[in-house]
Amino acid sequence: MQAFEYARPSTVQEAVSLLGNSWEDANLLAGGTDLLSLMKDYIHTPKRLVSLKGIKELEGIRKSAGGLRIGALVTLEELLRNPDVRKEYPSLAAAARGVASPQMRNMGTVGGDLCQRPRCWYFRLGFGLLAKGPNGESLVPSGDNRYHAIFNNRGPAYFVSASSFGPPLVALGATVNLVSPSGTRELPVEKFFVAPATENARENVLAPNEILTEILVPPAAGVRNATYEVRQKMALDYPLATASVALRMRGNTVASARIVLGHVAPVPWRAQAAEKALTGKTLNAAAIEEAAKAAVQGATPLSMNGYKVQLASVAVKRALEEAAQART
Amino acid sequence: MAETLDYSWPAKEKRRVIGKPLPRIDGYAKSSGRAKYAYDVHRPGMLYGALLTCPHAHARITSIDTSAAEKSPGVMAVDLMARPGEEIQYAGYEIASVAATTLEQARDAVRKIKVAYEVLPHLVDERDLAKAGSRAKASGEQVSGDPDQAFKEADVVSEGFYGIPVLTHCCMEAHGQVIEWKPDRFDYWPSTQNVSGVGGDLAKVLEIPATNVHTHMEAMGGGFGSKFSHDRIGETCARLSRKAGGRPVKLFLDRSTELEIAGNRPSFFARIKLAAKKDGMVTAWESESWATGGPGGANLPAGSLPYVFRGVPNKRMTHTSVSINAAPQRAWRAPNNPQLSYLTCAAMEDLAAKLNMDPVEFFHKNLEYAGAPGPDVFRAQLQKAAELAEWKKLWRPRGQSGPGPVKRGLGIGFNMWYGLGHASRALTRIHPDGSVEVEIGSQDLGTGTRTVIAMVAAETLGLPVSAIKVKIGENAYPPSGASGGSTTVGGVSASTRKSSMNALVKLFEVVSDALGAPPGELEAVGGKIQVKGNPSKSITWQAACKKLGTKTIQEMGENAQRGPGGLINGGAGGVQIADVSVDTETGLVKMNRMVAVQDCGLIINPKTAESQVYGAVMLSIAGALFEERIMDQITGRMLNPGFEFYKLPGIGDVGEIIVHLNVEPEHDKRGVIGLGEPPVVGGIAAIANAVANAIGVRVPVVPLTPDKVLKALEGRA
Repeated sequence: MQAFEYARPSTVQEAVSLLGNSWEDANLLAGGTDLLSLMKDYIHTPKRLVSLKGIKELEGIRKSAGGLRIGALVTLEELLRNPDVRKEYPSLAAAARGVASPQMRNMGTVGGDLCQRPRCWYFRLGFGLLAKGPNGESLVPSGDNRYHAIFNNRGPAYFVSASSFGPPLVALGATVNLVSPSGTRELPVEKFFVAPATENARENVLAPNEILTEILVPPAAGVRNATYEVRQKMALDYPLATASVALRMRGNTVASARIVLGHVAPVPWRAQAAEKALTGKTLNAAAIEEAAKAAVQGATPLSMNGYKVQLASVAVKRALEEAAQART
Repeated sequence: MAETLDYSWPAKEKRRVIGKPLPRIDGYAKSSGRAKYAYDVHRPGMLYGALLTCPHAHARITSIDTSAAEKSPGVMAVDLMARPGEEIQYAGYEIASVAATTLEQARDAVRKIKVAYEVLPHLVDERDLAKAGSRAKASGEQVSGDPDQAFKEADVVSEGFYGIPVLTHCCMEAHGQVIEWKPDRFDYWPSTQNVSGVGGDLAKVLEIPATNVHTHMEAMGGGFGSKFSHDRIGETCARLSRKAGGRPVKLFLDRSTELEIAGNRPSFFARIKLAAKKDGMVTAWESESWATGGPGGANLPAGSLPYVFRGVPNKRMTHTSVSINAAPQRAWRAPNNPQLSYLTCAAMEDLAAKLNMDPVEFFHKNLEYAGAPGPDVFRAQLQKAAELAEWKKLWRPRGQSGPGPVKRGLGIGFNMWYGLGHASRALTRIHPDGSVEVEIGSQDLGTGTRTVIAMVAAETLGLPVSAIKVKIGENAYPPSGASGGSTTVGGVSASTRKSSMNALVKLFEVVSDALGAPPGELEAVGGKIQVKGNPSKSITWQAACKKLGTKTIQEMGENAQRGPGGLINGGAGGVQIADVSVDTETGLVKMNRMVAVQDCGLIINPKTAESQVYGAVMLSIAGALFEERIMDQITGRMLNPGFEFYKLPGIGDVGEIIVHLNVEPEHDKRGVIGLGEPPVVGGIAAIANAVANAIGVRVPVVPLTPDKVLKALEGRA
């Protein structure tokens, strides 16, 4: 790990002032579960780390009429233990539970989850975010892409978003607050994630001098929501595919639906055909089956990841089945 | 006197320590973190080493420039491990090392070494034999009997393709050491399976007298067959210490290099054809196999297929060894046996399915062909395993697991192993204050060796286990073999039994007069020396030892090279039955239960013996469902050199494990047989067969990951 300068501000304002024009100048340290391994592997070598741990305003979960406010520093374990989250946002609780390691849940933060870098093995081995080979071609399409994207994978990004909370937050219509020297902007989580077009771009819209401070989730009263993860291991393991659903019900009828797939595209992936298929329908087995099929329409699997199409469809089916049984 | 002693184990009913399920004597030290592994060694003034490895799978070094690294902050020594002009055969090969004041400085510095390569074409993937070209070397056909005639006369012929990929050893404690090389003294703290031998081996390479070398290892974090040698990092670590003026240097592989180069188990792929009569008796075996174990390929030792069922009368086998640009294989817990068991048991299960036969009945019949420990032992084990697995209640014919997306299935696998005991010497000391110590230049790989030594000495001397101080892990102690081939428990139990009995006889001689009986009439029982069968004529252990005055008793005991000497034996076998559930919508396999029935002779400590089987079953689950070395054909690199993508099961992925050890008199009387390896052999076969039974179709290549399971299911539809 390259030597770096360490700063521990106590306000967001101070933290922002310590950031630079690139991530190589300075980066933010929260739980460190991703950042430190990137630094140890020399994938990322910032000159300065700005620790967020001393900033009280980034902590805490607060429920109000406007919904749920989750501070960026809230750990996965705190989120999982929160009674409001467990009761009204089972899709978030399931995503937290899916990080099946107490150590990771105790250290990892919700903000960090949204900002974590891709797990693409070419990236992690040092071939760059876009996994370029010696001749500038992407290694993924002709290489080992068993864990890569099946949607939005025409390049140059082929990796999948690693975020656990991205899909449920998009499904719930959550927003994030981003603070920079020029002020605060509020953005739907869906707009926060982007597929990078160049090697130096990122998987989200954060500027190098910007901090994700909090997540705002709309009230979930009357919204049935669930997350289903297909993970190979019960022990800590990134999912192969996930689905998060949020259904606004009118009696037994789906008034509106949000269905978001995880680990299938460089961003949390809205399955709009499935949402459409379900809207206005009675929430029964036939409707669920149809939505699960529609969810993977238009998938463009690579040479080795066709199986993920099936997994994504099953994840949608099972998430909807869970939502159908939920009382919320 | 000594040569007339009867060293044989006490009769089962007379044993007071042996056969008791005692906790490990180092259990608290290990679970509390007090046990010191080589990785935990910190010496005053110690430097930290880091390695530069080759990023190319096949390349020639054209130049190396270390000047920037030498000037890097904190650097005290730089050592070249390869030279310009050298052809490198795999990514991860060590090029140079650096020692610096901190690990971070060493890692920063090593990256400043500039190496230029001429990149050469590579082959890293042996799965498609057609693409191996000149890297494939076929050995001649082996034929016995008349396979052509047998296939002609067969009632049923079954053909299949089966494969098992390269695995890596995944030692939780990486390979490495601390070395302090002073002019007249060389201190060496390796993580090794060979405490007595590894220091001398390294001394030879370094051209220093073996007498200078002091090897120390208190605890060891996993070897599995990959830690017999000092390795190239041992040599470079020594040179770094010398170049740094004799300062101690710690150099361990980082996790990714550990998975890349520090040992792997060869793959095995085979097309197998079997012939059988209607009654299920196999009449012929034909196999075309291929395998790799790195640059040197991987051979198939003659006669190793079919596994266990060696007596199949008509056989034809060909094997092709494929040389690839990946790190060389090392012995992996029962070398080749898990692969051969999988190929054999899977092909046979497929034949049973084709015959519509219950596999228990089918295997029972064909065990007629079994080698050691013989048809009777295997048949009794199969019956026991079937009973514990509730076979009669739960088994359904292949693919008839019932409605619903989750299918349950059962499958069978077999194992066998050699055992015996390596050469081992032990020294038992009885001190005038009554304390006892046993010294052996052995090592405890985590198997319970320390505990077993203490139990044997305690049994022999009539003392509690807590009264025995076990000293292992130093090459200053009497030499004992490397821990491989499941030979350690045989070696150290025999040498400890003999040294302790030899020492006890000396104590008998001292107290003989006081008890009014010749030494041969005395026995040590319950902390006393007494006239045999007469507790009223006794003296306490303490009082007896006090009679030694100032003289300590010090006696040796020896186990000769790998021969059964009455105390130990070889040739164990076992049967495992897996019970799985397969989600046919996701392709996920869940372990419900694994039953392991195992023969291992006389069991010194049932608790550590069972633990061996638990660990072995977990490794089988890992190999069947999760583990594989994934090589990238384009870059030639291992894509999963870390535990995120090199998947290992957690406790929640393991399911229930039922261990049944054979302790019947006919097993007990054989003596001690090592158990490290046999139980790791048949599990992959059992799990793969259970999956085939559940979903009605063979998933030919393990690990049985969702992509492969779903593909096999698609093929069926």
